[in-house]
Amino acid sequence: MTPESVLSSFKKKFKTKVKNGKVEKVPHKLKKTYKLQRVWFDIDRKYLKDAVAHLCKQYPYPHFVVCSGYDNEKDIVMNYHFTINYAKKAGEITVSMRVTLPKKDAVIESITSLIPGALISEREMQEMLGITIDGIPDSRRLFLDESFPKGVFPWRRDKTCPDKLVRRTN
Amino acid sequence: MLEKKKDADGDTSYSISVGPVHPALKEPVKLNMSIEGEKVTGVDFELSQVHRGVEWMGTRRNPIQIMFLAERICGICNICHIMAFSKAVENAAGIEVPARASYIRTIAAELERIHSHVLWAGVAAHELGFDSVMHYTWKLRENVLDTIEYLTGNRITKAIVTIGGVRRDIHEKQVPRLKETTDYYLKSFDKLGKIFLKDPVVKSRCRDTGILTKKEALVTCAVGPTARASGVRKDIRVDETYAAYPELDMKPMMPDMVTGETRGDVYDRIITRLLEVKQSAEIINDCLNQMPEGKIVYEEKIPKLLAELKGVEGEGTGRLEAPRGEVFHYVKMVGEDSPYAWKVRAPTYNNMLAWVPMLMNEQIADIPIIAASIDPCMSCTNRAVVAGKTSSILTQENLHRLSVEKTRKIREALK
Repeated sequence: MTPESVLSSFKKKFKTKVKNGKVEKVPHKLKKTYKLQRVWFDIDRKYLKDAVAHLCKQYPYPHFVVCSGYDNEKDIVMNYHFTINYAKKAGEITVSMRVTLPKKDAVIESITSLIPGALISEREMQEMLGITIDGIPDSRRLFLDESFPKGVFPWRRDKTCPDKLVRRTN
Repeated sequence: MLEKKKDADGDTSYSISVGPVHPALKEPVKLNMSIEGEKVTGVDFELSQVHRGVEWMGTRRNPIQIMFLAERICGICNICHIMAFSKAVENAAGIEVPARASYIRTIAAELERIHSHVLWAGVAAHELGFDSVMHYTWKLRENVLDTIEYLTGNRITKAIVTIGGVRRDIHEKQVPRLKETTDYYLKSFDKLGKIFLKDPVVKSRCRDTGILTKKEALVTCAVGPTARASGVRKDIRVDETYAAYPELDMKPMMPDMVTGETRGDVYDRIITRLLEVKQSAEIINDCLNQMPEGKIVYEEKIPKLLAELKGVEGEGTGRLEAPRGEVFHYVKMVGEDSPYAWKVRAPTYNNMLAWVPMLMNEQIADIPIIAASIDPCMSCTNRAVVAGKTSSILTQENLHRLSVEKTRKIREALK
């Protein structure tokens, strides 16, 4: 299994829905035969769940690492990080799927039916980035307290960011 | 809080909450459990008590300032967060860490693993009601803390890792002291093993308690010793390899190496951690023997490094194996002073979901040891308040007392 084969299997299955595919192979400083293997690609948000299903089918029990996200002024970008092929010496490959959600319609389908371990991350993304996860089994707040004002999202970079709530940061 | 509910059939059920707060970890937890008599029938948790917004603060600081913030995310495994953050920035900026620095990072990380696991062993003994064992293991821990202080100047927060390498070298004359420490832990391993693994009372309290099957560990994406104790061979030191690990001969520590079987219970988690203490001491010895000479940091002058990092555009990730499991950092840089995005993921974040299958159908007296067995922020059991209409209060002392009483009963029965 190589990072190239992982990327090509997604390209073959989802054709133009997969964009900006990138394979990163960094040889280890001390042992050049060992490489850090990473695959990055953009996927159309409507196909994210299908892509995760494809990942689960090709490589049983992918390890869901976390979902990272940010607001790039125009849209909300989320990276779903997975690792596959663990339990082999220097064989682990990190697969990161990037989805872009327009702010006006920031909705994405939940992947918890495929990977139950993603629940915490999905709850965090909902409250931090102000998106809606469709079909999430538990949509309560997780890290933010109930007393934190509604409609304020800490990781946003627009009017809904919490800068007004903060007097001093240093 | 103990709340009394009546369902549609008129049956009464109670819910109990354990937690919530400890400032040591990013994730303080409050466990809410439904109980039927002595049995746990439902588990839920709340995390919102102390969210400090570390990532939010980070996006308003430069990478050098974040180093100090990252080191303070967690008190016990401080080196993991700064190392993962440095790895993410190095990945984004294409910075290569010198070979000697990789070795020193490995030694520092393994010293931390020893002190974290020995600390955990003490807390587990306390939860079971063996306070003399707790004091004994914490006495053992003093040795490694003193060595860390000798190497880095601090007992806990080491401040040794920096972006592109390490801040302090290990000199020739410091090596004998380090070797003394590793010998000390290799010797005390047998005694620790005897206390925790051979004692019939500890065994009957921990065997088949809080079981997490391999499948449950895989679907909840558990990490670290929690996953390995259930038979999932996930260890980033081997799977992805970083720092000096590719040059070392090592494999993940699994409980079946000792007992020949994997049950995924609290006992297996104890075995995994004890084996890892021994493994860490061996790794440090190997590192000291193989360590090459050379530079210890990519760029010594901080302003020059900062100027270089300011021009970086791109994203990077850093993953590594902390004592509790996988730590992951994501950094996006857009050529500004501070990173555009920073995401931190600590191991307990993933391991918490594993609590649900572990605690189901277990007794209230087993809650402290099961909750402690994933090595979360320990204080989850520090304050268990059972209040409500009946306003009976189950404090940490009460819950702990229940656990101790159970141990006593077993001890009597085994006599």
